[in-house]
Amino acid sequence: MEDSEHKIVSFKTYGLVLIALIIFTLFSVYVTRLDLGNFSIAAALTIAGLKSILVFSIFMHLFYDKKMYALMVLGVLVVMTIVLIITFLDYGY
Amino acid sequence: MDNSNLPSYLEYKGKYKGIFAWIFSTDHKRIGLLYLYSIMAMFLVAALLGLLMKTELIAPGKTIMEAKAYNAVFTLHGITMIFLVVVPGIPAILGNFFLPIMIGAKDVFYPRLNLLSWWLYIIGAIVAISSQFMGTGSPDTGWTFYAPYSFKTQSNILPALIGAFILGFSSILTGLNFIVTMHRMRAPGMKWLKMPLFPWTLYGTAWIQLLATPVVGITLLMVVAEKVLNIGFFDPTLGGDPILYQHLFWIYSHPAVYIMILPAMGVISEVIPTFAKKEIFGYNAIVLSTMLIAFVGYFVWGHHMFTAGMSETSLFAFSFLTFIVAIPSAIKIFNWLATLYKGSIMLRTPMYWAVSFLFVFMIGGLTGMVLGALATNVHLHDTAFVVAHFHFIVFGGLGFAFFAGIHYWFPKIFGRMYDEAWANTGWIIFFMGFLTLYFPMFLLGIQGMPRRYYDYVPEFHSTNIISSFGAFIMIAGLIVIIINLFRSAKKGEKAPKSPWGGKTLEWTIPSPPPLENFEEIPEIK
Repeated sequence: MEDSEHKIVSFKTYGLVLIALIIFTLFSVYVTRLDLGNFSIAAALTIAGLKSILVFSIFMHLFYDKKMYALMVLGVLVVMTIVLIITFLDYGY
Repeated sequence: MDNSNLPSYLEYKGKYKGIFAWIFSTDHKRIGLLYLYSIMAMFLVAALLGLLMKTELIAPGKTIMEAKAYNAVFTLHGITMIFLVVVPGIPAILGNFFLPIMIGAKDVFYPRLNLLSWWLYIIGAIVAISSQFMGTGSPDTGWTFYAPYSFKTQSNILPALIGAFILGFSSILTGLNFIVTMHRMRAPGMKWLKMPLFPWTLYGTAWIQLLATPVVGITLLMVVAEKVLNIGFFDPTLGGDPILYQHLFWIYSHPAVYIMILPAMGVISEVIPTFAKKEIFGYNAIVLSTMLIAFVGYFVWGHHMFTAGMSETSLFAFSFLTFIVAIPSAIKIFNWLATLYKGSIMLRTPMYWAVSFLFVFMIGGLTGMVLGALATNVHLHDTAFVVAHFHFIVFGGLGFAFFAGIHYWFPKIFGRMYDEAWANTGWIIFFMGFLTLYFPMFLLGIQGMPRRYYDYVPEFHSTNIISSFGAFIMIAGLIVIIINLFRSAKKGEKAPKSPWGGKTLEWTIPSPPPLENFEEIPEIK
């Protein structure tokens, strides 16, 4: 394995990410009470997406790893976003 | 790099003996052969079911089975062919065997995961097929398991769904293994744009396996949850949406067509230059078109649902995207034709399969355009035309390319040559049978014959007779091909290192290859 050097992330960073995830979760419950019409699912998915980015980047060390891996995950997210947008063309419009 | 003194992977004695030396082997070549035998067994069962269907359709009314049995037969034919044969097909057999060798590696990156994938395949196959023999009757939904029928039917659908779910895991793990292998284990000097085209197509395929398969896995579990726990995902009476099922199902199942066809294109991209004695024309364009097909292929699933009641915006978007995906496919066709141009063409068995692939695949592709157009799709949806198109693409595309590949690499896999006269005889019988079987189905579809019906009006009789006879001719060709290959694997003449003059790395090592392929990892200049 060529990249055997592992970044040790501090407890403080993990704690902050945990707090951020809890805030996002509370926020995602809150937005269900707002009438956002066709965008209600988009709002829920955006919050879920932000939470995923935090988990990928910090907990799964994507932020500290080779940029190639981040690029691969980004490609996957782009594909999934397009798939969701096209699916909702059938529901919203 | 002379490793001809090493025992071949067929002779190598490891920790286990007898059959255990195979079913517990982590050698990618042995796993490739495990897949070959298991997938071929499934293929023969499913082909026999297809023959039963065509026998039933030889005359209107009941011929050999009742309507319910016919529904069960076409469902099992579809499930077996799709989930157990064509989706694993080329990547699991030829990919497993040749990917590491072609990139100059000793094995895949995760050999144990590779073996686990095969075991999951076997477990998934047993669970899926067990649905036929237990419970309340054989599944009758077709391979698409469309909701809401799939959770209302009294037939034994759950094992089939769970089997397909397990098979999905096998596919995902194979895809993951291949991606990591190509990123981490290419021989020194083998930059991405020096990698042979077959691995490139496996790379595109692996990404589809990795990203699209979980969608269908979750969807099938949602059907299970709906059936068992009455959760309303897809049933309108429970607040669900049946069209959502179709979206989720086809988000996987259309890219799955590219899981089937991309590696087939890879095989053709290896065979044509070898037998035209030329370098492939437009290597970069073929690589780019491979990745474009893999990418755009995710976004065209809605063309399966033009008559399902989608919004107009969706109809236009999906029709447009469907036409877009034809462009990279056409790029490949033109590049293969340009490779043949002024080539020193050797007409040997793999080349016969490759050029007949071009013929049937183009018919399949162009009739796909007919179905991708909104106006014609409305008339042809759910008719025999769709079945003909699908078989021209999947059987004509993947099937012909698989036979091209197996005849191309057979000397390397088994270290023996096959009888080419018999192989060519099998090919011509198969090819004629294929056209006689499926071409009339285009006409039947245009005339309005629906798919998945065991009966039809008398006007369709004569065309159905021709089609059914084609099925018998094609099966006769298949028998010739399989007997010839089986006999040759044991009794054929010893094969040299490179019987066709191929240029890729597998032709630099002995036939059959030693356990770890290369004594020293080759350096690519």
